Amino acid sequence: MSPLLAEIPYWGESLLRVLGGLVAVLLPAGTIVYVFLFKMMSFMQSRLGPMEAGPYGSMQLFAEVGKWLQKEDIVPERADARIFKMAPVIVLLSTFLLVVVVPFGPDALFTDLETGIFYALAVSSVSVLGILIAGWSSANKYSLLGGLRAAGQLIAYELPMVLAVMGVVIQAGTMNLQKIVVAQNSGSMFGIDAVGHPYVISQFVGFVIFMIAIQAELTQAPFDMPIAESELVSGYMTEYSGFRFLIFFIGEFATAGVFAMIASVLFLGGWGVPFSWFGWTSIDEVDNWMNFAGPLIMFTKMMLIVFIIMWIRFSYPRLREDQLQRFAWKGLIPVALANIMFTSILKVVF
Amino acid sequence: MLGDRQQLSYIAAQAADARLNLELETEGMTLNIGPQHPATHGTLRIIARLDGEQVVWAEPACGYMHRGYEKLTEVRTYPQVTTLVNRIDWLGSFANEVPFILAAEKLMEVEAPPRAQHIRTILFELSRIANVSLFLGDLGVQLGAITPVFLAFRDREYVLNLIESATGGRFHPNFDRIGGLKDDLPAGWIDETRAVMKKLRGFCDQIEDLLFGNEIFQSRTRGIGVIPRDVALQYGLSGANLRASGVDWDLRRDHQLPMAWNKADWKVWTHPDGDSFARCWIRLQETRESTKIVDQLLGSIPAGPVMAKVPKIIKVPEGEAWVSTENPLGEMGYYIVSRGDLGPFRVKIRSASFNNISITPWLLRGVYVPDIVTILASLYFILGDIDR
Repeated sequence: MSPLLAEIPYWGESLLRVLGGLVAVLLPAGTIVYVFLFKMMSFMQSRLGPMEAGPYGSMQLFAEVGKWLQKEDIVPERADARIFKMAPVIVLLSTFLLVVVVPFGPDALFTDLETGIFYALAVSSVSVLGILIAGWSSANKYSLLGGLRAAGQLIAYELPMVLAVMGVVIQAGTMNLQKIVVAQNSGSMFGIDAVGHPYVISQFVGFVIFMIAIQAELTQAPFDMPIAESELVSGYMTEYSGFRFLIFFIGEFATAGVFAMIASVLFLGGWGVPFSWFGWTSIDEVDNWMNFAGPLIMFTKMMLIVFIIMWIRFSYPRLREDQLQRFAWKGLIPVALANIMFTSILKVVF
Repeated sequence: MLGDRQQLSYIAAQAADARLNLELETEGMTLNIGPQHPATHGTLRIIARLDGEQVVWAEPACGYMHRGYEKLTEVRTYPQVTTLVNRIDWLGSFANEVPFILAAEKLMEVEAPPRAQHIRTILFELSRIANVSLFLGDLGVQLGAITPVFLAFRDREYVLNLIESATGGRFHPNFDRIGGLKDDLPAGWIDETRAVMKKLRGFCDQIEDLLFGNEIFQSRTRGIGVIPRDVALQYGLSGANLRASGVDWDLRRDHQLPMAWNKADWKVWTHPDGDSFARCWIRLQETRESTKIVDQLLGSIPAGPVMAKVPKIIKVPEGEAWVSTENPLGEMGYYIVSRGDLGPFRVKIRSASFNNISITPWLLRGVYVPDIVTILASLYFILGDIDR
């Protein structure tokens, strides 16, 4: 524990953690919405995007949130009201559960779980439950179809994601996310330690599979059948309005941010810079300023990964449900299994 | 052939229903796609009975936007009718006026001067480009790619600006008159049009790169919604939907009309597959051909008046006439019955979309819900053109 936090009482520390969690979830979500959804999409489509609220429309998101909060909270008459109201909260909850294991610096982390990535993959599937009950409780055929599609899709893509992560875990020899970061930054490739050893290079296949899987987990095009606005109106979100829709909306982009953070931890070296640059050899020698620089580095890498996700989202048409399942089971999973086998052989040999 | 097919699919549907109800003791779900639904861009309603995500039975229910144009024409004078009819297919409105005017001219035995015929043809093709370029963008939206539609809106705007500067109306020009056109072209219009046609060829290349070359797009459209040649003919499909099934049929070439298509050198594209991809591809090629037609005709507009000698008050002599043209959506024709009055006694409007969607019960049987959207998008209908 750093000396900064050591003098703060327990309640203060807990408060800091809660605030930190809110910032770690909402700040990336807001930035992603503004930079990518509002601006990048507009530039791709030869338009300017929001320009009125604030300079270059930067306050647009606040205007949108204000609009949503004013709207009526409609619950369909035949809907299962309690569960219907609960669903968006469950979806957002999984995002908050997910962010607690992400390390942002040598000491800037919420918890240091020994089985961090295992926990992250486990809680990320909680959102399936939220989406499924949202689809089921809406008493709407489109919602039901969307919810069922989402359940099928998220479960199908959980597997390649887990298998892609396995390669990293084998290579790092740990499930602790902090140790995975350290292993990448203090490692070396062919005896050269100038850039450490980001696993995106040695685990490139795993990285690609992981990116495809999170694209599907986040239900972004080309895997956005659960929402599929031209077929299912808005899928499982059809009946939601006002702040419950807002929670779904925040959840979508916050989860994108958190998944991108996990991807950058697993494959891009997370918060760290290559330790050889400053002559560090272990995590204990890392200077304290990394606790401030770390989150910024992390944020940059996250934006890079979200950029790829959004780029694909805005330019690709969507697959059909059966094509999506076929792609997961016949394409991604065998490749991921082969990747694990290859990685373990190399691990044993070297 | 068709009888067998229909009977077989009817039996299959009955069997699927029976299996749903008895064997599995489950009920199918009836899904109303529309009248308010993003995929129907208007108020078409498709009643689909589903087994899981598979369509067992589907039927279009149209008429939600019926405006009674055939009846309304009976209480309008001939010049007033063009205002009505260019609202039928609202994306290519100028093209709707032409067959009506041609039919009236046929009854009156007047013919527009060559300059008017040329300009009519150019505007006709421009409205086709405006119409089909929006289809090409909308295709992306139906499949979940949101970017192409904005490119389509951007480039369609150039064409609409041209139509506006020539006629005064972006959407509803109402520019055609019996015996010619309301006005001549404005100065500088020809050079401007050439530049826009170049832009639109660029747009076609862009869409081809962005959508048609995309593997996901191909896997969503190839082999989906296949209409064999004989079925297409028997359901009375027309336009690109028919040509995509391998029927070499284009009224611009096949009908001898007082228009200028035969003065340009262009190609009628056909595709042997008859699937959704073929229908979309044909439309892409046709947009390119249209820009070529416009380019060629711009260079050879003859001099002279744009209006023939017609009386101030138009009375069409007694008789009946039928004229149809190759509109952006397919064959559009008017059957005018005149009793020698100021207005027509009866007008029968044959619009392309109504016949084109009549194939949906046959076509949608057995497909998945996401394919309904692709098939409807590739059949390309405009609601105003269905319901009139």
